[in-house]
Amino acid sequence: MNVGRYIWQRATAAIMLPLVLLHVAVIFYATRQGMTAADILARTRGSIVWASVYGAFVVAAAVHVSIGVRNVLTEWSPLKDRGAGVLANAFGLVLLALGLRAVAAVVL
Amino acid sequence: MAETRGELNVAIWRGAGEGRYQSYRVPLRESQTVLDVVTFVQRHLDPTLSYRFACRVGVCGSCAMTVNGRPRWTCRTHVASVAAGGRLEIGPLANLPVIKDLATDMRAFFEKWQQARGVFAPSKTRHDAIEQIRPDSAARMAADAAIECINCGVCHAACDTVRWNADYLGPAALNRAWSLVNDQRDAGNAARLRAVAASGGCHACHSHQSCQEHCPQALNPTASIAGLKRRTTVAYLKGELKG
Repeated sequence: MNVGRYIWQRATAAIMLPLVLLHVAVIFYATRQGMTAADILARTRGSIVWASVYGAFVVAAAVHVSIGVRNVLTEWSPLKDRGAGVLANAFGLVLLALGLRAVAAVVL
Repeated sequence: MAETRGELNVAIWRGAGEGRYQSYRVPLRESQTVLDVVTFVQRHLDPTLSYRFACRVGVCGSCAMTVNGRPRWTCRTHVASVAAGGRLEIGPLANLPVIKDLATDMRAFFEKWQQARGVFAPSKTRHDAIEQIRPDSAARMAADAAIECINCGVCHAACDTVRWNADYLGPAALNRAWSLVNDQRDAGNAARLRAVAASGGCHACHSHQSCQEHCPQALNPTASIAGLKRRTTVAYLKGELKG
């Protein structure tokens, strides 16, 4: 890992931490209020706030994971840094696509 | 010679990468060090045994080996403190190629010092006045904490990241770089920070702290590496690592 990836990984972790706590709080709230899927979708559809919250989380997670997976591959597989980077970035892009698709499904 | 107090069962690695542990019986003596045991084997039982030592008093850093699974400086390790049940297993340092028996090839270790720019870069000539450095300045105190390294390779052998990542500079080289980063007489910090901020540099460290756990000089390379992480992060954000 070089200093640039180090900063990106820490910065994305700092972004994700409050968002994870918010997500857990939302889960507790939704279950304790007995909200149905329709109730939740009624709140999220068309909401710029929820699109921003979960969109930011998905982007941060994709960046964070790709850097971490690259490190794991470098240390635990025969791949060199460059090859590990290609695989890890591809994995990050898959996560990004899946995550943004999920966000789109609840806010659009 | 000190009085014999029994016998030690000693297993010593013989061979290079391919090899095996061979058993010897060595007289147990008072205040005996692990290096004394190895020397006894070489002088009295098997003159073909290869190992490395020089000062015998914990200064030169030549005699580090793996003793009962832990990297140690053998000249300052008393048998009584490590030989549980009168048994000793002595092998070469880990994470370095073995030349023969207990002697490892330290070239990669010292090449990483060079890669980390662990060489003093003078900022003045002999004609300039000697730099005055306050002993209580923050930089001098940080350098002091890192400066007593004897290059024994124990931290390098103990480090998981060195084992996993062939490009990692390792705790000794990075600790040296940190002592120079804090040397106000040094003029090489731009290149040094670039070297330790690259892939395989200080950011590859997982802070497992095996280096400080095993360092015979009780140094804390993990703290030095953390200092480098902070310093390079600031330099990167200020755009000082380009070039």
